[in-house]
Amino acid sequence: MNDIALETKNLVKNFGAVTAAKDVSIAVPAGAVWSLIGSNGAGKTTFVNMVTGYLHPDSGQILFQGRDITRLGPRTITRAGICRSFQIPQLCGELTTIENVLVAHAINRSATPSFFRRANETEEMGRALALLERFKIAEYRNRLMGELPAGVRKLLDIAMAMTGEPKVILLDEPTSGVATEEKFPIMDLVMEALSAEGVTTLFVEHDMEIVTRYSERVLAFYDGRIIANDAPNEVLSDPQVQRYVTGTPLTAS
Amino acid sequence: MEKSPVLVAAVTLTGLIVLGFALPDWAQFLMTIALAKGLVSLGIVAGMRCGVVSFGQGLYFCLGAYTAGLMSRWTGVTDVFLLTFLSVIVAGGVGVIFGPLLSRYRGIFFAMLSLSLSMILFGALAKTTSLGGTDGVNVAAPTFAGYAPEGGALATALYLFIVTVTVIIGTVMRIVFDSQSGLVSLAVRSNELRVEYLGSSANGIVAVSYVIAAILGGVGGVVTALAIGHVDPEYAFWTTSGEFVFVAILAGYLSIPAVFVASIVLEVVRSFSNLYFPNTWQLVLGVFLLVVILVRPDGIGSIKLWRRRESAGAAEPSA
Ligand SMILES: Nc1ncnc2c1ncn2[C@@H]1O[C@H](COP(=O)(O)OP(=O)(O)O)[C@@H](O)[C@H]1O
Ligand SMILES: [Mg+2]
Repeated sequence: MNDIALETKNLVKNFGAVTAAKDVSIAVPAGAVWSLIGSNGAGKTTFVNMVTGYLHPDSGQILFQGRDITRLGPRTITRAGICRSFQIPQLCGELTTIENVLVAHAINRSATPSFFRRANETEEMGRALALLERFKIAEYRNRLMGELPAGVRKLLDIAMAMTGEPKVILLDEPTSGVATEEKFPIMDLVMEALSAEGVTTLFVEHDMEIVTRYSERVLAFYDGRIIANDAPNEVLSDPQVQRYVTGTPLTAS
Repeated sequence: MEKSPVLVAAVTLTGLIVLGFALPDWAQFLMTIALAKGLVSLGIVAGMRCGVVSFGQGLYFCLGAYTAGLMSRWTGVTDVFLLTFLSVIVAGGVGVIFGPLLSRYRGIFFAMLSLSLSMILFGALAKTTSLGGTDGVNVAAPTFAGYAPEGGALATALYLFIVTVTVIIGTVMRIVFDSQSGLVSLAVRSNELRVEYLGSSANGIVAVSYVIAAILGGVGGVVTALAIGHVDPEYAFWTTSGEFVFVAILAGYLSIPAVFVASIVLEVVRSFSNLYFPNTWQLVLGVFLLVVILVRPDGIGSIKLWRRRESAGAAEPSA
């Protein structure tokens, strides 16, 4: 599979004097699983925001399956097939877990959801419950967002992104704010679901063990630039990456 | 077991019709006005479910009322069905024009912009002498598909008309609130960013709710004008809009019957305080709203009796 799912060309984004992206160029083959690393403020979220249309680059181009999506907004990009999850889960706080999924399915079915089809009809409930079961959070189905543990919120956020049946998904720190022992189970669940669908995946991660375990390739961000773009072991042994990102040299494993 | 909305509607309608014949004239009139105005507040509730509060529903209330007044004056049309239909077109049409504009705003900006539109209409009507200026215009007695009742029979016919319209609209709105679209509205209220990132337009959903509210405002206005027999620019004045908001907040967004109960409560309080304690009724209303907000912050609609299970919340799938 040599098709390029997502390509960015020389993306530049400045916030006043802050350079959040500078000459960011990547080409992600369809079905690939890549990770993005970099210290806080390196520009990872900005990259995710630009690809998904929340921010537009000052210059440069974003191509999805060869189509220029640089100037499109989140709605159009989502419907085209690029979805995302959020560093801070974006959930509907006044709704229960299963209602959040019902909302996602309803919008996925149509951008203008039906005025007469019951939100909680049996078929829709079944579909929503199946998704929650797949992510092992069905027991929380009737809980409001404020009552959910951090890991469940993360999983629900990702599950909602997946209802759009994306071709490309960007996960912004899927395991941040989650207890260490929960990180691997969460990544296992998510990666299993994504690989079953063959979704091209980019995830932002700070834990190098997770990066090494789950991604085929690593993009290291520093100061809005990509300073390394290679297989995990190569990137993690890169002196620049060790200096600016990981801090301490990793002992070879 | 879910209660069928149609069954609930049939029982409610029957009850209200029977009640109508039992009520004294003054109470029947009070009910007609309260239900008509309740429709306007129900429109505000539809907006509240997307997270916006319109402080300018007097605009549509007034448009509906003037449609009735001017049609009877200019064209001699007095048929209640035709007038209602026309006011839906007029109010809905204006709502379609302003909905997309207003839907870009939230919170206090949405409230104030909607208010400013109604004040523009108020000002324009007050200055337009050909439309009666501040005196307004009289509205001819309505006819009902050729039937032209007078006196008590007319009041009863109008009562029957408004209870039927109220029950039909209430049922449709219950279905809409419980629909996929209704649930997505609540999602807009909670987290617009997520709605956009799922692929739907939060502004679009707000705009649709605004058009629905405009239509309900128009229907409320036409029936009120026919019942009172007179319209004037006060229909678009901010205090009128404020009362609709008052009722919507009193009711909360969970229950539709609660909106009409709140509207009836307001009319009853108004009548009695006018009668026994002139010029104190705002005071009474203020205290009343304060108590409701302290005791029932989600409105009287959150009282168990009226609270239908909010969409999927407590429902376990059976299968
Ligand atoms: N909307 C914004 N307005 C101003 N500055 C921003 C905005 N978003 C990000 N930044 C700045 O851009 C830089 C990159 O931020 P971000 O992409 O969030 O980093 P990361 O996700 O890698 O931690 C930071 O210096 C941040 O302060
Ligand atoms: Mg970030």
